[in-house]
Amino acid sequence: MVKINGTECNVCGKSLAEYLKSENYDEKRVAVERNGEIVPKSKYGETFLEDGDTLEVVSFVGGG
Amino acid sequence: MIPTKEAMQAALAKRIGRKLWEKVSSACVAVCGLGGLGSNIAVMLARAGVGKLCLIDFDKVDISNLNRQQYKAGQLGMYKTEALSEVLLEIAPYIEIETHTVRMDERNTQELLRDADIICEAFDVAEAKAMLTDIVLTGLPDKYLVSASGMAGMGDANNIKTRKITEHFFICGDGVSEVTEGEGLVSSRVMLCAAHQAHKALQLIEEIF
Repeated sequence: MVKINGTECNVCGKSLAEYLKSENYDEKRVAVERNGEIVPKSKYGETFLEDGDTLEVVSFVGGG
Repeated sequence: MIPTKEAMQAALAKRIGRKLWEKVSSACVAVCGLGGLGSNIAVMLARAGVGKLCLIDFDKVDISNLNRQQYKAGQLGMYKTEALSEVLLEIAPYIEIETHTVRMDERNTQELLRDADIICEAFDVAEAKAMLTDIVLTGLPDKYLVSASGMAGMGDANNIKTRKITEHFFICGDGVSEVTEGEGLVSSRVMLCAAHQAHKALQLIEEIF
């Protein structure tokens, strides 16, 4: 299981890009932290989620 | 007659303690975007005695900015980098200011942020926020990023928070309130988010120097 924003999800083996797409996140508006490190955007397609991973997906909103 | 540099430094050191004063006066903070968040962050950091500010924005002061940004009615049409420098030098005459009147992108960002210890993201567009986060945290991993997301509308002040995402990445705001037709930007709430960012920057300075 992968913990994403505090919730356990059954997404092992999925790439980060796939996961974001399936949850309707806009890749251009997010930052993703995985196990304490930020995942570079260029690596979203080749980063595969593993059992025990903890992720935080930050979705930016406009304004400032 | 403005005070001497020594007089200002002594007054500040007395107010915050010499140890913290030494740290803030050695620090360099970049403020990316000089709008509602950025102009307010810059004013707070200037008052707090930060030694050097790097101010980056391509835009000019507009009448719609005056409801929340640190510009004055007589500065309409000026580049924000110039107008804010004027404002800051009246507050902190001996502060070091570096300005860049450019739009930040993938090609120029790393160079623009070279001297900064801490970077405050103060853009208004979500994609730009995400872009800066990517460039700073992957390309400049020794620096610290304090970003912002969600401060529009008249919701509760208590919903504005500072969250730690990694050791080098913090986000301030309520995370959800974006600017829409119905939800504009009000000075108090925007400045509250800016204060969160400025305060986190100062806390990081205290910790890392």
